[in-house]
Amino acid sequence: MKRWMKYVKPYLLYFILGPLCMIIEVVGEVLMPMYLAEVINGAVKGTLTSEGSLWVMAKMIGTALIMMLGGVGGSYFGAKASVNFAADLRADLFKKVQGYSFANIDKFSTASLITRLTNDVTQVQNFVNMMLRMMLRSPGMLIGGIIMAIRLSPSLSVVMAVTLPLLLISMAFIIARGMPRFSKMQTKIDALNSTVQENITNVRVVKSFVREDFETEKFENSNKNLKGAGMSAMKNMIFMQPVQSFFMYITTGLVIWFGSILVINNFDSFGVNSAFGVGELSSFINYVTQILMSLMMVTFMLMFSSRALASAKRINEVLDEKLDIVDGENADDSVTVEKGEIEFKNVTYRYYKNSEEPVLANIDLKIAAGSTVGIIGSTGCGKTTLVSLIPRLYDTDEGEVLVDGKNVKDYTLYNLREGVGMVLQKNVLFSGTIEENLRWGKEIATDEEIFAAAESAQADKFVKNFTLGYQTELGQGGVNVSGGQKQRLCIARALLKEPKIIILDDSTSAVDTATEAQIRRAFREELAASTKIIIAQRISSVKDADMIVVMDDGKITGVGTHDYLMENNVEYQEIYNSQISGKDGN
Amino acid sequence: MARSLQELQKQYHSSSKPGAKGPGGPGGGPRGGRGGPRGMGGKPKNLKKTIGRLLGYVGKYKVLLFVVLIFMMINTVASLVGGYMTRPIINQLSEYVGLEVDQETLNSPIYQALDSAIRSVKDSAVGFIGGIVGDGFNEKATAVMFYIAATIMILVCIYAFTILTHYLQARVMLTISQNSIEKIRNDLFKKLQKLPVRYFDTHPTGEVMSRFTNDVDNIDVMLNNSLTSIVSGVISLVGTLVFMITTNPWLTLITVVFVPFFAIGGAKIAGASRKYYTGQQAALGAANGYIEETVSGQKVVKVFNHEHVCCEEFETLNEDLRDKQMKAQFYGGIMGPIMHNTSMISYSVTIGVGGILMVMGKLDPGALQLFAQYSKQFSMPINNISQQTSSIFSALAGAERVFAVMDEEPETPDSESAIDMPDMKGDVVFEDVTFGYNPDKTILKNITLYAHPGQKIAFVGSTGAGKTTVTNLLSRFYDIESGKITIDGVDIHDIKRDSLRSNIAMVLQDTHLFTGTVMENIRYGRPDATDDEVIAAAKTASAHSFIMRLEKGYDTMLEGDGANLSQGQRQLLNIARAALSKAPILVLDEATSSVDTRTERHIEHGMDRLMATRTTFVIAHRLSTVRNSNAIMVLEQGEIIERGTHDQLLDMKGRYYELYTGKRELD
Repeated sequence: MKRWMKYVKPYLLYFILGPLCMIIEVVGEVLMPMYLAEVINGAVKGTLTSEGSLWVMAKMIGTALIMMLGGVGGSYFGAKASVNFAADLRADLFKKVQGYSFANIDKFSTASLITRLTNDVTQVQNFVNMMLRMMLRSPGMLIGGIIMAIRLSPSLSVVMAVTLPLLLISMAFIIARGMPRFSKMQTKIDALNSTVQENITNVRVVKSFVREDFETEKFENSNKNLKGAGMSAMKNMIFMQPVQSFFMYITTGLVIWFGSILVINNFDSFGVNSAFGVGELSSFINYVTQILMSLMMVTFMLMFSSRALASAKRINEVLDEKLDIVDGENADDSVTVEKGEIEFKNVTYRYYKNSEEPVLANIDLKIAAGSTVGIIGSTGCGKTTLVSLIPRLYDTDEGEVLVDGKNVKDYTLYNLREGVGMVLQKNVLFSGTIEENLRWGKEIATDEEIFAAAESAQADKFVKNFTLGYQTELGQGGVNVSGGQKQRLCIARALLKEPKIIILDDSTSAVDTATEAQIRRAFREELAASTKIIIAQRISSVKDADMIVVMDDGKITGVGTHDYLMENNVEYQEIYNSQISGKDGN
Repeated sequence: MARSLQELQKQYHSSSKPGAKGPGGPGGGPRGGRGGPRGMGGKPKNLKKTIGRLLGYVGKYKVLLFVVLIFMMINTVASLVGGYMTRPIINQLSEYVGLEVDQETLNSPIYQALDSAIRSVKDSAVGFIGGIVGDGFNEKATAVMFYIAATIMILVCIYAFTILTHYLQARVMLTISQNSIEKIRNDLFKKLQKLPVRYFDTHPTGEVMSRFTNDVDNIDVMLNNSLTSIVSGVISLVGTLVFMITTNPWLTLITVVFVPFFAIGGAKIAGASRKYYTGQQAALGAANGYIEETVSGQKVVKVFNHEHVCCEEFETLNEDLRDKQMKAQFYGGIMGPIMHNTSMISYSVTIGVGGILMVMGKLDPGALQLFAQYSKQFSMPINNISQQTSSIFSALAGAERVFAVMDEEPETPDSESAIDMPDMKGDVVFEDVTFGYNPDKTILKNITLYAHPGQKIAFVGSTGAGKTTVTNLLSRFYDIESGKITIDGVDIHDIKRDSLRSNIAMVLQDTHLFTGTVMENIRYGRPDATDDEVIAAAKTASAHSFIMRLEKGYDTMLEGDGANLSQGQRQLLNIARAALSKAPILVLDEATSSVDTRTERHIEHGMDRLMATRTTFVIAHRLSTVRNSNAIMVLEQGEIIERGTHDQLLDMKGRYYELYTGKRELD
């Protein structure tokens, strides 16, 4: 609750004025039937005059105008409050997620994070808006109606004391019965959607295996299930209206019956000036309708709230998530990466903290500043994890990683990552021009610097071939460049950073051998002083490295030059043979 | 450097297609609330035709629809009559307390009919009513109470009837709408199965998905709610008007005078709010698009220390959204109070004038009570109808889009003379084949090649050289313009498409898996394969060992396109799927690009046995993958510029040689 107050506080005035305006509308609403009673009573008693009627009319129109003002005001303040609330919340969520570590992101999954930041925020916003406008209105009408009814006749109100709870119970029953049916329907909707989505993305597979009929049958089943679930949910919901009508009519009938008796008895005892006359009966009937209607609204709102609460819970989880990688206690803002020397000391890392099998086990490795290091090994052996520890994308569980002899935790995250350039395996470009994308590496880069970086990454040539050159817009995910071109742009982006340590994580897999060789050459020449770490599948990518690290199953099985490993490392030989042997058996 | 709002909007708005997100997150409650914003849906272009086709779906239930309409009418009239019953009661009571009700005011036919009905009930059920009323009243009061009791008895019957018809109407309508929607969905999906690959290549998945999600949903909402509420709204509007006129034409006039205010005022506000709503949706789309992209690329953001720029840019978009949303919410919010309170003014005038009429003896108190009720009732359907029209329009626009998909040109049907080829050997010949995806851009030029069973033919060349196109043509995903492709001497156009495709096993570049177990996924191509055959195929593809390490082995459920597997593992499953197939032609399009070279070697050994009797086409980036092919075709700009075995090509010292020795790049 305290969390949400943070977003209410700056707009407290709106949060208060909104409901206040709504109360004005409610009070008017509750008063209206009284005017009707006044006119009818006057007519029955014979005291009504034309002037009197006009006066009542004027009062009523005045009330209606004030109500309108209240309603518009309520809408204004409600919008101000809820929109600001949501905007602040959204901004905070976004900021929070920016602080997430890789582990934090992996825990939620990207898709779920996006849903939380978009859909869930909208849900909560709608809820707040409704709260401000309706939460007081409906209960206000309910309470106001009840007060007025009791004022008119306490004894007649007893009728409602019996029917209202019965109505509530039956509504609650229907809703309770409906909830699981709706969530079942939702899962069927999801199932249907994923059937369609799979079918669309897999269209070539479906067609090439001639499984259209099978797919259609699968879909029809899924569709039938959805219809079944939908029917079951709706069948329940359509009881709502009849049940409401039933109680409304029963109550009205009883009120008319007992009300009539009351009118007659009162007249017999007190004559024309009785406290409960025809006019009162008429407005009492109005209040009954009002009360039952508001009750319906309240129940609907409760139903709606449960959805918003689920969203609020999911938002809370995002905000509550403990950032597991933050600046260390001893982090010194003035310390930056200077040389690029790296050392792993007895490093162990587990992806799931309680799993027995570590992803990395007791890694010891020293990498000299300015050297080129290749890392090779089969998929899933821990290569990516190992290098991710350097810019603290993950933190070690045991052991430590040192850069320039200092524990990575003693750098601020900002300074550490400024010193380490990394081209990720699953890399992305963002919407915007090529230049804007490259500038991620260095915001204030000159054009010359950009061209130079692109040239080193062998990207300059193809970029210049685009009609708009560096101003070419890239779609979301950089869809309009080929895989190899994308990888080269990502490398150029990292190069612009002029990092002391540069890591390429299988970043040239879609680039042909020749181009890759040129990139390596550029690395050697332009980044002579930087430490270069290259994860690759191809031997040719790492062959010339000063040092090659062979990994298998979370362990280092060999370290050395190409020639050394060819002599001494069985694994390396196997990899080599798998890539070369077809040519001439060597 | 953070971009400006204009730049951001330009870049992110177009990327925020509604519903492009596919299946909704866990957050979506009942209906809606998933995918992108529902949006206003645009305006339908060909209204008549769309409505006609929709009616086609619903028209199957003509009888039921007629029943619904009857129920609706009964129901509306019954509740009007029910409401009318308060008039005689109030009048009876008024008379009892001494008001002379001028009989002139009561000569409306409805009043007279009801009054005589009440009296006849009263007279025919004297004993029963007497039991209820008892003898606690004086003579005059007893008469009144008898009258009221009879009225309530009629009321009970009417109301019971209303409740019943209302329920039945909803129930029947539910059956109609749900069955129609099911049919629409099925038809749409069936159509999708018949569409050519070209359709899917030119329409983003999200767009096709939103036909199923947003559009069909909107139709559903319309059939379920909007339609009934509009029809019943119109009926009750007309009914109320009739009852009002017969009760008092002068007071009716007041209510009618206010109608234009509602209509014009409502339209004005709706227009304004729609304008701001569109603005809000655009801003929301941009902000959500930005969130989607940034969060998806969050790891890159971190690696580049780019968080502060992202926050800054998001702040720009968020502020814009805040601004737009404020206006949209405000204008959206005032519609209710303004319309409602305008009706309150009409109500006030009715009561005021009614009072004067009563003073003049031209109106009975019961009638005033009735009018008060009616004047409230009258504004309700108007409000309802004006609210529902926008949802009806967006449903019709959705329906139009759905029908547009249904009208797409399907794959050309098999020709009459097309044959089945159950015993295809796999002798493939391309004769002078020319093709382009667009008529103005030729992708393949005069391709001629042959492949015999047992041969492995490889294609190498840069991106866009037309490698994948060759396989697209072979399986007739696209049809060639000129030239001829034959298998076993038969033109592929003369082979039934199903027969042709079931003779070609493909492993495609993009790895695709279906929700289901590993076993089911491998078995996809040959549903009759035994478990042992599936396992053998997995072993051939070197997938067996990793499958056994999965939680439940072959019974492990794969979800979300196999997200719980690595790219390489997914490729292995795809290869297993093809290995299980008995098709004589095998196409491997970058099938092992994400598999490490050692594993690739293992697969090759496994596949050698398979390939011995088949015709195999291989497309690969890694030259080591294609080395042992019988023939390697080097494609450039749609033409085969070199062909031969690996050694022959090296000896030619041409393009292949340059590629192989790293003297030239591919892209």
